[in-house]
Amino acid sequence: MTEARTRSSHYLLLWLLLAPALLWLFGLIVLPHLDLALLSFRERTGPGEYVFGLEQYRTFFAEPLYWDVFVRTAVVSLVATALTLLLAFPIAWTIAKLTRGRLSALLFAVCLIPFWVSETVRTLGWMILLRETGVLPGLLVTLGLTDAPVEMLYHDATILVGLVYTSLLFMVVPLYGSLESLDDSLIEAAYDLGGNGWTVLRTVVIPHALPGITAGCIVVFMLTLGNYLTASLLGGKNSLWFTEQIYTQFITRFNWEQGAAFGFLLLALSSVMVWIGLRLSGQRFADVMSRT
Amino acid sequence: MIPSLPRPWWLRLATVLFVLAFLLFLFMPLATVAAFAFNDAPYPAPPWQGFTLDWFIGNESLGRTGLFRDEELLGSILTSLFVASWVTLLSIVIGTTNAFLMERMRFRGQSLLSLLMLVPLVIPGVILGISILAFASRVADLLGDLFGWEVEFLRPGLPLVVLGQVSYLIAIATLTISARLKRFDRTLEEAAYNLGASRLAVLGTITLPYLRPALIGSAAIVFLMSFENFNTTLMLVGADSPLTVMMYGRMRDGATPVLNAVSVFLMVASAALALLLMRGDDRRRN
Repeated sequence: MTEARTRSSHYLLLWLLLAPALLWLFGLIVLPHLDLALLSFRERTGPGEYVFGLEQYRTFFAEPLYWDVFVRTAVVSLVATALTLLLAFPIAWTIAKLTRGRLSALLFAVCLIPFWVSETVRTLGWMILLRETGVLPGLLVTLGLTDAPVEMLYHDATILVGLVYTSLLFMVVPLYGSLESLDDSLIEAAYDLGGNGWTVLRTVVIPHALPGITAGCIVVFMLTLGNYLTASLLGGKNSLWFTEQIYTQFITRFNWEQGAAFGFLLLALSSVMVWIGLRLSGQRFADVMSRT
Repeated sequence: MIPSLPRPWWLRLATVLFVLAFLLFLFMPLATVAAFAFNDAPYPAPPWQGFTLDWFIGNESLGRTGLFRDEELLGSILTSLFVASWVTLLSIVIGTTNAFLMERMRFRGQSLLSLLMLVPLVIPGVILGISILAFASRVADLLGDLFGWEVEFLRPGLPLVVLGQVSYLIAIATLTISARLKRFDRTLEEAAYNLGASRLAVLGTITLPYLRPALIGSAAIVFLMSFENFNTTLMLVGADSPLTVMMYGRMRDGATPVLNAVSVFLMVASAALALLLMRGDDRRRN
C-alpha cells in the first residue's frame, strides 16, 4: 500500500518535472522547426491555395544572387572563426599559463568586460571609429598616411573585424578552460625530451585543448553565420549576408515560404558544419557543449 | 610562466606588446562610444568640440533631445526591462525543474532529452525567431478557424519576443543550475529527512539555499542576454520595440549622440551588475 503510494507520487513528480521541459522543447523548438520545414515545401497556386513542392528550393538554386550570398556568408564565417581562434589562442595561453594569481584573474576579467555591454553598443563604437568622418580615418590624415579621409566602413574586412570582435568572448572562455586544465609538468616534460616550441604546441598543447578549440569554433561559427546586426550595420546595404535575405523574405516581402526555405538552408549549413567540426576533432556534442 | 622554462627577452616583450594591442582592440570601441556621449556636437564624430551634458539632459535652445527627455528611447528601455524580467523568471523556474528532472530522476529517453536540451544553443537566433513566428501564426490561424478566437499574443509582439528569447535561454539556465545540483551532497538531505523534515521543508531549507549562487548567477546572465538580444527579437517584434531594436533602427538612419548617452547608461548598469555579482561571490567565500 505505502509502496504503491510512493511509486505513484514518484510518477506524479516525474510528470510535473517533465511537463515544463516537454512544453519548452516541443512547443518552442521541435514543432516550430517541423512547421518551418513544412512551410518551406509549400507552393502557392492561388489565393489561399497551396500544394506540396520544391519551388522555394528551386528558386534558391536558380537565382545566382541567393546562392552567392549563401556561399559568401559561409566562407566569411569560416574565415572569421579562424581569425578569432588565431587571436584568442595566444590570449588564452597568456592568461592560463604565462601569468599567475591576481594578474591572471585580472586579465581574464578585463577580457570579459566588453561583452557585458550589448553588441549594439560595440557596433556603434566601430561605426564611429571607422566611418569616413570617424576617428580612425581622421587619425590617418593627421598622421599624414592618407591625403583625405577614407571610408573604412562597408568593406568585407570591416565585417570581419566586427564579427571577430563580437565573437572573441565565446572563443577565449572555452580555450582558457581547456588550457587551464593542462598540467604544466607535461609541457616541461615535453621540453626535457627535446621538443621545441612548435612540436610541444602540436603534440601536447593542441591535443589537450582540442575540446575547448572545438567548442569555441562551433559556437563562434554558429553565431557569425546567424549574425544580423554586425553584418548589416558594418557592411551597409551591400553586406550581402544570408540572414538579411531571410529577414527580407519574412518581414519585408512577407514571402514566408521562401524565407522558411532560406532559414532551413542556413540551419542545415550550420548543423553540417557543427557535425564536421565534431568529426574532425573526434569530440562528442554533449561534452563540447558543456564547455561553453 | 612555467618557471623552469627559459624564455628569451624578445619573446616576453612580444607577449606584453601583443596583450597591450589586444586590450586596445577590445576597449577602443567602448571608449569611443563613451567619449562622444559628452561631445558638444550634433553628430558623434570628431573633432572634439568641448564637454557637454546636453545628450543626457537635453538643450532646447539647440534643439537637442537628451536621453532623459527622449520618451521613445526611455520607453524602449522599459520595454526591454519588462521582457527581460519575464524571460528571467521563466528561464530560472524551468531551468530549475529541468535540473531536478535530469539530476534526480531516471526515466527512459533521458539521454535523448538531455541532448535535445542542448540543441537550442546551436540554432542561429534568426532561425529560432522565424520558426516561432511561423508556428505561432499557424496556431493562431487554427484557433481562429476552429473556434473563432482572436489570439492576440500569438501575433508579433512582446509575448512572442519573450517566448523566442526563452527558447534558448532556458538551455543556458538549465546547464548552470544542473552543474551545481550535480555537486550537491545528498547526505545533507538524508540527514534532514532523518530528523523528520518534510519534503518541502528539505527543499526550502537545504536544497534551494545550496542552489542559490547558481540561481542568482544564471538569473543575471539570462537577464543580460535577454536585454541585449537582437537577432531573435527582431523577427518577433511588434509595435513596441525593445532597446536593441530601437537603437538599431536609429543607427541605420545616422543618429545623434543620444545613442552614445544610452550606451554610457548601459555600460554603467552592466558594470554595476557585474560588481554586485562579484561582491556576492566574495561574501560567500569568506
